[in-house]
Amino acid sequence: MLQVSGNKAVHEVSSDTLMDLRRGDAAILDHIDLPSDEARRLMELGFLPGMRVTAGRSAPGGDPRVFQVDGSEIALRRETAAHLKVRRDHSPRSL
Amino acid sequence: MSGCKECSVGCAVESPRVRAATRPVALVGPPNSGKTTLFNRLTGLRQKVANFPGVTVEQHTGFALLSDGREVPIIDLPGVYSLSPRSEDEQVAYDVLTGNRSDTVKPEAVLLVLDATNLGRHLMLAAPILALGVPTLVILNMADDLRNRGGKLDAAALSAELGAPVVLTSARKGEGIDRVLEFLAGAMPQPQPKLLPVLQDVPKCREWAGGVGSRARYHAPAPPHWTRRLDSVFLHPVAGPLVFLAVVIAVFQSIFTAAIPMMDGLHWLFDVSGNWVATTLPPSLFRSLLVEGVWGGVGSVIVFLPQVLLLFLFVGILEDSGYLARAALIADRTMAKVGLQGKSFIPLLSAYACAVPAIMATRTIENRRDRMATILIAPFMTCSARLPVYTLIIAAFLPEKPVLGHFLGTRAVALLGLYVLGFVAAVATARVLKSSILKSARTPFLMEMPSYRWPTFQSIGLRLLDRSKVFLRRAGTVILLVTVLLWVMAHLPLVNGQAPPIENSIAGTVGHAIEPVIKPLGFNWKVGIGLITSLAARETIIGTLGAIYGMDADSHSLDLEKALQHDLTPAGAVALLVFFAFAMQCISTIAVVRRETGGWKWPILQFTYMGALAYAGALIAAHIV
Repeated sequence: MLQVSGNKAVHEVSSDTLMDLRRGDAAILDHIDLPSDEARRLMELGFLPGMRVTAGRSAPGGDPRVFQVDGSEIALRRETAAHLKVRRDHSPRSL
Repeated sequence: MSGCKECSVGCAVESPRVRAATRPVALVGPPNSGKTTLFNRLTGLRQKVANFPGVTVEQHTGFALLSDGREVPIIDLPGVYSLSPRSEDEQVAYDVLTGNRSDTVKPEAVLLVLDATNLGRHLMLAAPILALGVPTLVILNMADDLRNRGGKLDAAALSAELGAPVVLTSARKGEGIDRVLEFLAGAMPQPQPKLLPVLQDVPKCREWAGGVGSRARYHAPAPPHWTRRLDSVFLHPVAGPLVFLAVVIAVFQSIFTAAIPMMDGLHWLFDVSGNWVATTLPPSLFRSLLVEGVWGGVGSVIVFLPQVLLLFLFVGILEDSGYLARAALIADRTMAKVGLQGKSFIPLLSAYACAVPAIMATRTIENRRDRMATILIAPFMTCSARLPVYTLIIAAFLPEKPVLGHFLGTRAVALLGLYVLGFVAAVATARVLKSSILKSARTPFLMEMPSYRWPTFQSIGLRLLDRSKVFLRRAGTVILLVTVLLWVMAHLPLVNGQAPPIENSIAGTVGHAIEPVIKPLGFNWKVGIGLITSLAARETIIGTLGAIYGMDADSHSLDLEKALQHDLTPAGAVALLVFFAFAMQCISTIAVVRRETGGWKWPILQFTYMGALAYAGALIAAHIV
C-alpha cells in the first residue's frame, strides 16, 4: 500500500524539511510543525508521518512545488513545505 | 424533493425489494474523484442547479432514470476529503448526510465515489461515510485508468471488508453505470463494515484504509506517465509559462475569429425576423415597442451568445482536462505577492465568467479576511457580461490587422489588454486591502494536481447548455425589462398624442441632465442613458444604444457599429472601455455581496470605490488618447 515510486534512482536525503528537497529527491515525513487544524488538512491529502514524499516539478521560480505523496500530486508553497519535517529514508513504515 | 413526503417508512415495510428511492440519494466523494462526471452520466439533462437556502453552496440535483421508468432524485454534494467540516462546503455536505438540514430530507442512501487509482487515500472517506449507517454504494471510479496503468483489486473482497456493495465504474466512458442504477432500483441494505477506525484520527483512518486495501488485494497502478510527460512541458520553467501565454492568446483570438460566423448568423436571423415583424404588423406604438425595444434591444445582446459560449467552452476544456490546476500553480506566485492565497485563485478565475458564482465560491476560503478581499476584487475580473460590450466597441473602432501573422490580431490584443487591465486593478486593490483593513496571517496553500484527462462531450455540453440558459434568461428578464422601460421613457411625455423626438423625452432629459458629468469622459447623452441602464447589467448598454439609435433620427438607418462611430470619438471609445473595465455595473453582484458579507457596508464601499476608479480611469484615458 505504500506509494509506488516509478524512479528507482531517487536520492535519500537527510534534509530537515520538504523545502530542502530538490526535484526527484525523496524522504520520509517525520512530523508536521503546524497547528492541528492545518496539519489535519495536510494529513487528509496524504502528508502523514511515515509516508514517503517525493519532490516533483514546480512553478517557475521553484515555488510552489508539487510533491508526490500517497499516490497523489499536491502543490505546496515554500512557506508551508518548510513546516513539514522529514528524515532520511531508512525503513519506510508500511501502511 | 417532490414525492419525498408520500413515502414514509411504511411503504418500505410493505415492499422492501421493488421500491426505488423516493427520498434523495446523495452523491459524495473527494474532489477529483470524477463525481461530477458520474452525476452527469446518471442524470443527463434531468438536473438543475440551485442554492442551499441560507448558504451559498450550490445544490446540484438531478434525477437518475431507472430501467423501469422510475426516477430517483440525486443530490450532488460538494467534494470533501473528510467529514470533519471546516469550510462551509464541507459543513453543507455533513449536514445533508446527517439529516441536520431542515430544508433537505436526509438522504435515503449514499453513492460514495472514490478514485480507484488512488484508493489508499480515497478509502479514508469511506470510514466516516459507512459510520453514518445509511445504505451506501461504494463506486470505484476511473476503473479504466486503473486497468490501463496495471493496477487491480478484488471488488468482492473489498465489498466484504466494507460490508457494502462495491462497483467499478468509468464515468467518462459510461462503464458500470448500469450497476449504479441497479443499486438505486434495489433493496439498498444497511452497510455492515467489519471494523471502523477512530474517525477523528487521520493516521488511524489511513492505516485502516491501507489494511482494507491490502485485504482486497489492491495493487496501486503505476504512476500516470502521460501526466508526468505533459507536466514536463506544462510545468517546465521556460516552456510552461510560454504554453500558459499561448493558451490565453489562443482563447482570446478565437473569441474574435471563430465566433464571427455564428454571430453573423444570429444577426441575420434577428434582421430578417425584425423586418418581418415591421412589415407584417400595422404601424403602431406596439410595433415600435417590438421592433425598437425587443428586437433592437434584446436582439442586439443575444447576438453575442456565441462569444460567451466559446469562452465557456475553453474554460470547460481547460478545467476538465486538468490544465487549470497547473495554470493556478503557475499563477500562484502572483497571488502570493498581493497577499492572497491559492484558494482565491479558483473564485477569481471563475469571476472571468461571472462574479456572482465566483463570490459564492469564496465560501471555500476558511480565512474570513482573505475571503472578504477575494469578494471585493472579484468584480474587477472581466466577466462574460463585459465581453459583448468590449467586442462591440473594439470592432467598431479598431481595424483588424495582423500582429503576429494570422495567429494574433489587433482586436484580440486590445481585448487581452482589457482583461489585463481588470486583473491589474484587482491585484492592486487586493494589495491595498491586504496591507490595510484586511491584513491577516497567511494560510497554507494546498492544491491537488489531478491527472490529465480527456474532457467528456457530455460534461462540456451540459455546461454550455447551462450557460446559454443563464445568458438567455438574463436577456429575457433583466435586459428585456430595462429596454422596455427605456422605450417607455423614450416615448413619454406624449406631445399631441405622438411620441416626442427622443431628445425631448424623459430618457433624453435624463441623459442630458447627466451629460455635464460625463462630457469630460467624451460621452454624450445617449451613452449617458446607456451608462444608467447598464447599472442593472453591463451588457444592457448594447440593447439601450441599439434601441436609442433605432429611435433617433440621426442614426436610425445605421447599424450599431456605425452608429457608435457617429457618436463617440476614438478617445471616448477608449474611455468607455476603461469605464466598463472598472465600474461595478451589476445588480446581481451587489445583491450577492450584500448577502455574503451580511450587510450594506461592503457593497456600498465596493460600488463607490469601483465607480470612482472607473470615472478617474476613463477621464485619464480620454485625455491621453
